[in-house]
Amino acid sequence: MNELTHTTMNRRRFVQSATGVLTGVLSALSPLAALVPGRAWAVEMRALSATQAATLLAVIRTIAPHEGLDDAAYALVVAAVDADAAGGADSRAMLTSGIDSLGPDFAKAAEASRVAALKAVESSPFFQSVRVKTLLVLYDNPIAWAHFGYQGEAFSKGGYLLRGFNDLKWLPEVPLSASGPMPVT
Amino acid sequence: MPQFDLKDSSVVVIVGSGAGGGTLAHELTRRGLKVVLFEAGPRQSAATFSQNPGEAFRQLTWLEPRSQSGNWGAVQTAPTMPAWHCRTVGGTTVHWTAATPRLQQYEIRARSTYGDIPGTSLADWPIEYPELKRWYIATEKRMGVTRRNGNPGMPASNNFKVMYAGARKAGYKRVHTNYLAINSRVRDGRGLCIQQGFCTSGCKTDAKWSTLVTEIPRAEATGRLDLRSKCLVTRIEHDAKGRASAVVYRDAAGVEQRQQARLVCVAGNAVETPRLLLMSESARFPHGLANGSGQVGRNYCHHVLGFVWGIFDQPVSMWRGAVLAGVIEDENVDNRQRGFVGGYHLELAMVELPTLPLIGLPYGWGRDFSSIIDNYRNMAGMLINGEDLPRPDNRITLSSTLKDAFGNPTAHVHCDEHPNDVALRKHAQAQGKRVYEAAGAKRVVFSGTPPATHQMGTARMSHDPALGVTNPFGRTHEVPNLFISDGSVFPTAGAANPTLTIVSLVLRQAEYIERELAAGTL
Repeated sequence: MNELTHTTMNRRRFVQSATGVLTGVLSALSPLAALVPGRAWAVEMRALSATQAATLLAVIRTIAPHEGLDDAAYALVVAAVDADAAGGADSRAMLTSGIDSLGPDFAKAAEASRVAALKAVESSPFFQSVRVKTLLVLYDNPIAWAHFGYQGEAFSKGGYLLRGFNDLKWLPEVPLSASGPMPVT
Repeated sequence: MPQFDLKDSSVVVIVGSGAGGGTLAHELTRRGLKVVLFEAGPRQSAATFSQNPGEAFRQLTWLEPRSQSGNWGAVQTAPTMPAWHCRTVGGTTVHWTAATPRLQQYEIRARSTYGDIPGTSLADWPIEYPELKRWYIATEKRMGVTRRNGNPGMPASNNFKVMYAGARKAGYKRVHTNYLAINSRVRDGRGLCIQQGFCTSGCKTDAKWSTLVTEIPRAEATGRLDLRSKCLVTRIEHDAKGRASAVVYRDAAGVEQRQQARLVCVAGNAVETPRLLLMSESARFPHGLANGSGQVGRNYCHHVLGFVWGIFDQPVSMWRGAVLAGVIEDENVDNRQRGFVGGYHLELAMVELPTLPLIGLPYGWGRDFSSIIDNYRNMAGMLINGEDLPRPDNRITLSSTLKDAFGNPTAHVHCDEHPNDVALRKHAQAQGKRVYEAAGAKRVVFSGTPPATHQMGTARMSHDPALGVTNPFGRTHEVPNLFISDGSVFPTAGAANPTLTIVSLVLRQAEYIERELAAGTL
């Protein structure tokens, strides 16, 4: 969430250098609604226009559609792709032309049409770089962890030894001969 | 910690601080030898290991891109990363998952057992099984392996409960929480496993054996270890008699240095070790150091690897618990009725959510692909670890397209799967599916081929100098004071995770070095 909240606060730099801004509101049902002050978020773009960012968000949602996963998580991928585009003229041209080739109505199209449009460009460097960036970023943030129920690191809480590593009850217990006793703690 | 002089030619140089190099450093220093241990990466500790999977990956991994060719799966799934190993003090023992199965007798007699299979370079190991077993027992005691020598087994995790229930229903008999070099009890000055996952990110309680937390500190305590981290060896030099005399390296500041040596032991793993030998070509050794046989870099093996995921109606929470704390051993046999030679282990496995789509899933996107990840909480996992057959042209060469930070060619990996590897994988996937369906899975998913975590075979040992790079003790046939001290010496891969065997062979090598030095023959 740091990227999101940081960029909202940094208005001055936004005015000076941003090419566009992607905004949204966290769902009231989002597990994050309780965690962040205010539900509105904004991500400033450094290479993409607001329209391009919105199209890109729809591309990412089509690549990795997860019901109920907040747009804020997808916006993190948009920000990462935008950073790539801002990193060099070649990648900027590759990404912006890839987005523009999908047309202005892509984000509003039905899912089946979006899938068909992406199938047609599946082998392009544009699609593959967005796909890989999606895999790298979309699942590596607290919004996704909360959504998928992944608890992440547990060292700081003493591990899962006494916090459910063996709490599965819908199958029989394993005999001691095939496992081992709980350590005395 | 001592700092030996660059011109001190009485030191033993070891290149690489992982399972082989770190253990050898301890064994030689405790015998009174002065050792300079080179490690390309920095030193981390339980205090500095990141608990973010992506950060930990960048902290520990050898990230330099390599080139690849061949039909092996990772050419598609990980084009610049055919091998996943570490660049940090302790080497790949820092991120290993600590499974320590033994090779079976039939596996070290692969050529005799399997016969002459076209398209392979199968060989028998030049070591008798009872002798190997003796060293296995010594290594298991050293590491505190669970279920061996009276060490308690790991308690069953949720993920293992699923594997066990399915495996028993599918008819398997040898199913347990695995042999692990992870403390199930406080032992040897190290903590116990608190089932936190993150084994591949470094172990925050030091419960997991690694050379970082055992062998290297003990070598340092002798006062005879000069550990040089962030120092990359780029060349081994020899004298007029053809004996190794020095190593050239880049120090932490990137400045080229030269350390003289009485003995050089290379333990960079089976990708970097042959690369270093090939980069050390000279007028006397025009095809690379110790490569008169032409075998350096050839016969590269990395196991048939792949994940099987079972998706259930109810939660498993597989991320809780030691990663590899479970195994089905029944398929680690040579049974030709299955349609292939050699065998495999089905090992319990999980990956953290951020890592799952990067190495754990088949290629894909859209609803079907995403629906796998939607079920992360309800997934159980296992890893196929099967014997791949050595092939002469599956080899490490110097890349013609990629260079490292110092302008030296990185490794190029060429790998074509043998039909036997393909048949073994197909069988293992079908059996994994049977296991999870027996436990009630509503869907079973197979991964693509992940990057290789086990590197073997590229400087194989043999009695005959024409057929291999080293003698049965890892001493190169051509350069009498040059040793190979890692999985490169394996003539074949077997189906066992290689670390236990690497450490066992190195303990034996240390005893051999002591004997040869005492006899004046080294």
